Amino acid sequence: MNLIRRTVLGMAAAAALAPAAALAQDTIKVGEINHYKRMAAFAEPYKKGIELALSQINGDGGVLGKDLEFVFRDDQGDPAEAVKIAEELMTREGTVMFTGTILSHVGLALSSFAAEKGYLYLASEPLADSLVWGSGNPYTFRLRASTWVQAAMLAEEAAKTDAVKYATIAPNYAYGQDAVAAFKENLTRLKPDVEFVAEQWPALFNIDAGAEVQAIERAKPDAIYNVTFGTDLAKLVREGGDRGLFDGRSVYGLLTGEPEYLEPLGDEAPEGWYVTGFPWYGFEDGTPGKTFVDAYVEATGETPKIGSLVGYMTAQSIAAAINKAGATDTASLVAAFEDLKVEGTPIGELSYRAIDNQSTLGAWVGTTALEDGKGVMVDWEYKNPAPYMPSDEDIKAMRPAE
Amino acid sequence: MTEILRVENLRKSYDGFLAVNGVSFSVAQGELKALIGPNGAGKSTCFNMLMGQLRPTSGQVFFDGENITGHKPRDIWRRGVGRTFQITGTYQSMTVIENVQMALMSHHRKIFSIAPRAWKLYRDEAFEFLRTVAMEEQADRPCSILAYGDLKRLELAIALCHRPRLLLMDEPTAGMAPSARIELMQLTADIVREQGVSVLFTEHDMDVVFAHSHHIMVLNRGELIADGNAAQVRNNPQVQEVYLGGGTLFKEDSHA
Amino acid sequence: MAFFLAQFLTGLANAAALFLVASGLSLIFGVTRIVNFAHGSFYMLGAFIGVTLMEILPGHVGFWGAILLTGLAVGLIGAVVEMVVLRPIYRAPELFQLVATFGVILVIQDLALMIWGAEDRMGPRAPGLRGVWRIFGEPVPKYDIVLIAITPFILFALWYLITRTRLGVLVRAATQDREMVGALGVNQAWLFTGVFALGSALAGLGGALQLPKGGADLLMDFNIIGAVFVVVVIGGMGSLPGAFIAAVLISVLNVFGVTYLPQSTLVLMYVVMAIVLIVRPYGLLGREEVAGEHGQVGAPETPIRPYGPLGMALVAALIAALAIVPVFAEQFVMTLIVDMIIFALFAASLHFILGSGGLVSFGHAAFFGGGAYAAALLVYHTDTPMELAFLFAPLAAGLLALAIGWFCIRLTGVYFAMLTLAFSQLVWSVAFQWRDVTRGDDGLVNIWPAEWLNAPAPFYYFTLALGVGGIVFLRHVIHSPFGYALRAGRDSPRQAEATGIDVKRVQYAAFALAGAMAGLAGGLFVFSKGSVFPTTLEIGESFDALIVVFLGGVKTLAGGVVGAGFMTVVEDWLTRLEYWRLLLGLVIIAVVILMPEGIVGSLRTLWNRLRHTDEEEVR
Repeated sequence: MNLIRRTVLGMAAAAALAPAAALAQDTIKVGEINHYKRMAAFAEPYKKGIELALSQINGDGGVLGKDLEFVFRDDQGDPAEAVKIAEELMTREGTVMFTGTILSHVGLALSSFAAEKGYLYLASEPLADSLVWGSGNPYTFRLRASTWVQAAMLAEEAAKTDAVKYATIAPNYAYGQDAVAAFKENLTRLKPDVEFVAEQWPALFNIDAGAEVQAIERAKPDAIYNVTFGTDLAKLVREGGDRGLFDGRSVYGLLTGEPEYLEPLGDEAPEGWYVTGFPWYGFEDGTPGKTFVDAYVEATGETPKIGSLVGYMTAQSIAAAINKAGATDTASLVAAFEDLKVEGTPIGELSYRAIDNQSTLGAWVGTTALEDGKGVMVDWEYKNPAPYMPSDEDIKAMRPAE
Repeated sequence: MTEILRVENLRKSYDGFLAVNGVSFSVAQGELKALIGPNGAGKSTCFNMLMGQLRPTSGQVFFDGENITGHKPRDIWRRGVGRTFQITGTYQSMTVIENVQMALMSHHRKIFSIAPRAWKLYRDEAFEFLRTVAMEEQADRPCSILAYGDLKRLELAIALCHRPRLLLMDEPTAGMAPSARIELMQLTADIVREQGVSVLFTEHDMDVVFAHSHHIMVLNRGELIADGNAAQVRNNPQVQEVYLGGGTLFKEDSHA
Repeated sequence: MAFFLAQFLTGLANAAALFLVASGLSLIFGVTRIVNFAHGSFYMLGAFIGVTLMEILPGHVGFWGAILLTGLAVGLIGAVVEMVVLRPIYRAPELFQLVATFGVILVIQDLALMIWGAEDRMGPRAPGLRGVWRIFGEPVPKYDIVLIAITPFILFALWYLITRTRLGVLVRAATQDREMVGALGVNQAWLFTGVFALGSALAGLGGALQLPKGGADLLMDFNIIGAVFVVVVIGGMGSLPGAFIAAVLISVLNVFGVTYLPQSTLVLMYVVMAIVLIVRPYGLLGREEVAGEHGQVGAPETPIRPYGPLGMALVAALIAALAIVPVFAEQFVMTLIVDMIIFALFAASLHFILGSGGLVSFGHAAFFGGGAYAAALLVYHTDTPMELAFLFAPLAAGLLALAIGWFCIRLTGVYFAMLTLAFSQLVWSVAFQWRDVTRGDDGLVNIWPAEWLNAPAPFYYFTLALGVGGIVFLRHVIHSPFGYALRAGRDSPRQAEATGIDVKRVQYAAFALAGAMAGLAGGLFVFSKGSVFPTTLEIGESFDALIVVFLGGVKTLAGGVVGAGFMTVVEDWLTRLEYWRLLLGLVIIAVVILMPEGIVGSLRTLWNRLRHTDEEEVR
C-alpha cells in the first residue's frame, strides 16, 4: 500500500539530509531551538543577541580554536517537535549541546529529553521554577531568573506598604499560576495579614479586558498584582486606565517593565507601577551593561529587549563553558557548567550554581513612568537573586534527580 | 386468502395540512396490489408510514397481525417487509453484487463482524438474487455506473434478500423505458407467484398498473376513494372524475 | 444593579466585533458550504490594514474612513483568495476546501510578519472617544457605547441586503438550495466570489473596528477563530440573526464568567456550545440539513478490494525494508520513521471514520492525547510498568470515545464536527487546568519506555509492529462486514436502515474503534517523546490529522497514511527555512488545486487514465 510511497519519501528525506552530517567539523556547533514564528516578537531580539555575542566570540578567536556556531531551528512551539529537533541536532548535525525555548513547557520537554539521553541543555528563557527545582536534573541548566525570584522581589516591595487587600490577574496557564502562587507565598510570609480578594485568570492572549477590569474593581482591592503581558497587558492597561482601575492603587507588574511589553504601549504605558524589567536606557557609560547596549544598537540598528540580553548571555555562557571544559563531550561540559564563572557579561560576572544549576542572573526592579511619550522604568535597581532563593536544604529536597 | 398487512385509519398531518387522512386497507398473502393517485395524493407519505420512515399522526399498521405502527424501518424489515424507493438508494461505492451481499450480511446478522472479508461472504447466494432480477452479468461492475433501470432491479434484489413476505415498491418503474417497465413488472409478478410474496406498489404508469395488479387502490388528496379490481376501479365515477384531465391514462380498453 | 448593567454593556460591546466576523463566516458557509478556517486571518488583516491606514489618515474622517477602506481592502483580498484558491476546487469532496483555507492561514501569517513585523501594534484611539461616560455611576468606555450603537445598524444593513436586494434573494436561494441557483441562470461562480468577498470584508471590518479596544498582533487569527466558529454554530450555520444572538450570548456570558468563575475563561464558550448542540442539534436558529445535501460531491468512490498478489508482495517488501532500517540507518532516521508511523496511525484512525463512515471529526486529538495522557498519568502517579500503562492508552481512549460519541453521533455534518471539537476542548481544558493531577501545561515528563525497549532500535521495532499492525488492522476492518456496513450507512443511510442496519450504532462502534486506535498512537507517542503536554489535545493536533487525510485523499484507503508520510517529510524539510509557513501554505494549496482527489486519489486517476481502464476500474 501507501507505505511504499511513505518510505520512499522517508528515504529521500534521509538521503537529502545526509550530507549535513558528513561535513567536516571545522566549527563547534550548538543547537538553538525556539519558537521563531509563533513567538516572533520575543524570539527575534533573542536571536540577534546570540548573533552579536557570536560575532564577538569568534572575532576573539572562537572557542578551543574553532568558531562557535549556532544552528537555529523552529519548533513551532510544539514540545514533541522540539524533542525531535533536539535529537536530530545531537545525532546528525553534530551539535555538542542545545539551548533555547521561551515557553516553559517546551523547555521542560527538552529538559526531560536531555536527562534521559544524557545531553546538555541550557534553558535560556523559560521561567518555570520546576525546570531547576521540582523537575530539575543534572543535565539541565537555566539562565534567566525564575518566576519565584522575580515575584519575590515584587512581594518584598509590596510588603512595605499598608495595602492588605490584593487582587491578582494572571494568564490562565502554568506560568501565570506559578507567578501568582509565588507572589502570594512570599507576601503572606512577609506580611501575614494580607488578603487576596480576587484572582482573575484570563486566557493567554485572549483577555476580555473590560470584564476583567470590572471584576477586579468589584472586589475593591488596595493593590493589584499583574502577571499579564503582551497584548493582554496592552488591553488591560487601556481598559483599566479608561475605567480608572489603577487610580489610587499600587500595582505590581511581573515582567511589565521589559521593553518587549512596555514599548508597544507607547504613551499609554502605565505610570507608577512597581515592575521587573530591563531599563537599558538608564545604564551609565562605562558599565558593562552600557557597553552591551551600545554594541547591540550598533550591530542591529534596534534598541535591545530583554530577549536580546538573554540571547547574548546564553552564547557567552556556552562559550565560557566550552573553554572551561577544554572539550566538547557532554560529561566535560556538564562538569564545566557547574560553578561556571562567566566574565564580562552585561551584568558583570555571572555564575551557575552547582546546587540547582541556576544562573545568578537577577532582575531589574523599578517604577514605571512616562518620558517623551514612552514608558520607562525609573528609580530602578539591579537585584541579585540570592536573597530571594529558598534555602539550600529546601532546594535539595525539591530536586528529585540528585 | 390470509391477510398480511392491515392499515387502520392512517393519518399524517404537517402543520395542520392533512397529507393522509384516515386511510384503511389491507393486503392479502400473495396479492399484487397497486396504490395509485395523482401527484401529491399522499402515496409516498403512506409508504413512508408503512415502512417506519415517518411516524403517523394517528392510525395503526398491522403486519402479520402484529402492530408495527411507529416501529423503526430496520425493525419492520426484520419482521419481513422489504422496500424499494422512488429515488433509488444503493451503495454507490460498492459493486453491484456487494450491494446484495451487504443486505445478506444484515440478513445473516454479520454487521458487527470484523473477522471475515466482506467481499467473499455470501457471494454465491448474492449471485442467485442477481440472477433472479437478471443482473448477474453486471455483478462486478461498480454500482455508480449502472443505468437507472438497472438500479431499480438491483434494489429489488436487495429487498428480496431477507425473504420478505411483503414488498413495498415505491414507483418501481419510474424513469424507465416502456419495454423495461413491462419487463420489471413481469419479473415482480413472477416473484409474487413463485415465492408467495405480497407486493404493494405505487405507480404512475396506468399500463403497468392495469396489466399487472390484482387489486388497485386510488388515493386522492389523502383519502382512499376506490379499492377493488381493475374493472371496479375503472368504472368508479369518483376515480374517473379525478383522472378526467389525464384521461389518456384510461385510453380505450387497456390490457385489463 | 448598576454593576450588572455595566457588565451587560461590556458584553454587548464585545459582541460587536465578534458578530461582524461571525456573520461573515456564516454567510460564506451558508452559500458556498466552505468551512473557512482562514476567516480569522481576514480579521487579522483587517486589524493590520486598519492600523496602517489610521496612521496615514488623520482625524475623525480618517479614523472612520480607514475602517471602511479596510473593509473594502480585505473584501478585495477575499475575492482574490476565492478566485485563485477555492474556485478550482468546488467540485472536490465535502469539506476538502477547509484544507485549502488552512493553507491560506499559513500564507497570510508569514506575509503579515514580512509586511508588518513581529511587534504588536497598539490600536489607535477613536478621535474624541477616549475615556468613559458614567452610567448609574459605573464607568463605561465611550467607544463601547459607540460599538453597541453601531451593531444594530450593521445587523439592519445585513438584513436589508439579504431580504430586500437581488443579491440577497440569490444568497437566500443558494443557502436553501445550491442547485436551484444554477437553474435560475445565475453565474454561480461570481455569486460565490461575491459572497466570499462580502464575508471577508465583514471580517476585515471587525478587525478594524476592535482596534481602539485592542490592537493588531500576529496571534489574532487563531485567537478569534475558535470563538467565531462557536458563535456561528450556536446561532445555526448560515443564520445571520442566529449569529447575532449567539455573539451577544457568548460575549455576555463571558463577562459574567470572568467575574463569577474566573477560571472558566478557557472553556466557557465550548461548554455553552456543547449544551446548545445537545439540546438543539442544528444551533439556535439553524435548520436541519437535508440528507445528502452535503453528500458525496465529485466523482463517486470506486469499489474497494484488498490487494492482489502484487500489492501484497509490495507491502511485504516495504515492511521488510522498514524492518532492516536499524541495520544501516542512523538514529535520527529511525526517529523520523517512528514519528511518521505514529502520525500515520493517528491519521489512519481518523480516516477510518471520515472516509468509510463519512463522519468528519474536528476533535480527534482528544483520543490521541487522551491515550497519551492515560498512559502517562499511570506512569507518573503510580509508577505503573510501561507495558501495562501502554495497554491502558487505547483502552482509555476507546472509553473516552464511547462517552463523547454518545453525545456526538446523533448529530450530522458540520454540527457533528463542531460538537467533537467542543468535547476535545473540554478534554484539553481538563488536562490544562487540573494541575494537581495533570500538572497543567507543565505537562507530564520522564515517561520513558521500559528498560528492554529504551533504545532506538528496540523502540523502533516496537512502534513498527504496533503502528503498522494497527494500520493493517484498520484496513482489515474496512474490508470486513463491519467496514462495509459503515460505508453502507454513509452511502445511503435510508437503504441501510431499510435493510436492518442500525446506522447510528455502527457509526458509534466505529467512532469508539477509531478512538482506541488513536489512543494506541498516543501511547506510542508518549513513550517515544518521554513527555506529554496539553498541546497533544489541541485543536491544532486534530486539524493536522484532518489535513493529512484530505491531502492524502479521503476516498482512498491509503489516503491518511500517505498524507501523514507526505506531511511529516515536507514539514521536516520546510521548517528549516526562514519563511516555512509561507512555503508550507503554498505547498498545501498547490496540492489541493492540482490534486483535488488527494494525492492517492489523483495518482490513481492518473494511473487509470494511463492504462485506459476507465470502464473496468475494479481490480
